Amino acid sequence: MTVDALLRNLELNPESVLVIVGDELVTHDIRLGNDAQIEIRPVISGGAA
Amino acid sequence: MKCRVCRAPAAIDIRRHNAAFCRDHFLHHCEEQVRRAIDTHRMFEPSDRVLVAVSGGKDSLALWDMLTHAGYQADGLYLGLGIDEYSDTSLQYTRAYATDHRLTLREIDLRDDYGYRVPEAAAATRRAPCGACGLSKRHLFNSAAIEHGYDVVATGHNLDDEAAVLLGNVLRWDVGYLGRQQPVLPEAPGFVRKVKPLVRLSERETAAYCVLRGIEYQVEECPMADGNRHLGYKEILNAIEARSPGTKAAFLFGFVERGHARFAADAAGERDELGACEVCGAPTTGAVCAFCRLRQQVSVKIGARPTSGA
Repeated sequence: MTVDALLRNLELNPESVLVIVGDELVTHDIRLGNDAQIEIRPVISGGAA
Repeated sequence: MKCRVCRAPAAIDIRRHNAAFCRDHFLHHCEEQVRRAIDTHRMFEPSDRVLVAVSGGKDSLALWDMLTHAGYQADGLYLGLGIDEYSDTSLQYTRAYATDHRLTLREIDLRDDYGYRVPEAAAATRRAPCGACGLSKRHLFNSAAIEHGYDVVATGHNLDDEAAVLLGNVLRWDVGYLGRQQPVLPEAPGFVRKVKPLVRLSERETAAYCVLRGIEYQVEECPMADGNRHLGYKEILNAIEARSPGTKAAFLFGFVERGHARFAADAAGERDELGACEVCGAPTTGAVCAFCRLRQQVSVKIGARPTSGA
C-alpha cells in the first residue's frame, strides 16, 4: 500500500499530515512495507489569535 | 518521487508547486520563501533587532531557526499561558531549542507576572479562550518589544493561518479587519512593527522543516483551541486545496496583492484616534486598554493581583 492509499483509507487529507516512516519523512508515492513503523503527524494547529 | 532540483529521492512533495524536494533543497526552498516574504514586504533589515514570539510549536521554532540562520539578530519571547501540562511542555521545547542554539530567550509568565492564567481569564470574561489568549499575546509582545528596544515583533503565522483568517473576515465582511490584514503591520506611536515572515509557507511545510532540521516541537494541539472557528476554516480550505492545489495561496496572495487596497480606507485612521491607557499607558480607544480591563475583570472574579503597570 502506498502512503497516498493509506491516507485515503484513513480518510485523512494529505494537506493536514506528514507521514514519517522510521525517522524518514516520505512522499505520497512511497510503498509501505508490512513491518514499517509509521507515524502520521498532524500539522494543523492554532487558535484564533 | 525525485527532487525537482537534483533528482535525488524526495523527502516531501508539495502539490501546490507541483514539485518534490530532497531534504537539502526543501530547506533551501523554505529559506527562499521566507527571504522573499521579508524582501517583498520590507519586513526588516539586517540591522534591525527582531523579537520572535516563540510558543514551542513548529511555526515559531521554524521561524526562529530560519531567521538566525539567515543572520538576523533574533531573540525569542515565550509567554507562559498557564494551560497546565500543555504550557509546561511548550516551555520545555522552547528552552531546549534556545539552549541548544545559544540564543537569547525572554520569558513572561501570565500567572507569575500578571496574576492569571488563560483558562481563568476566559471564564472570568466569558470570552472564548483563544480571544483572551490573543488579547494577552498582542499586548505583551508589543509592550515587551518596546521595553527592550526591539524594532519589530515577528510571529509564526503561516499561509494556512492567514488564509483561514481571511476566509473568516470575508464570510463576515469585516472590512476593518480586511483593511488591516497584511504580512506587515507598520509601526505607529505605541506600537512596534509586526511581521509574518512565514506567510508564504503552509503549515505542512513548517512542520516538515522542523522534522528535516531535527527541531523537536510541541506536536500536540492546544487543548483550549479544540473546535474553534479558526480550525474549522482551515479544514474547509484544506478540503478545497485537496481538490484544487494552489487555491489557498491564490486566495491569500490575490487578496494581499489585489484585494487589500480596496479595504485599506476602512482601517485607515484607527490608530490616529488612540489615547493612552490610564493604567499602563498603552494605546487605546477608551480610558483603560482591553488588556488592563481583562486583568481587572479577572481580579474581581478570582482575586488575582490588582492591575498595575504593564
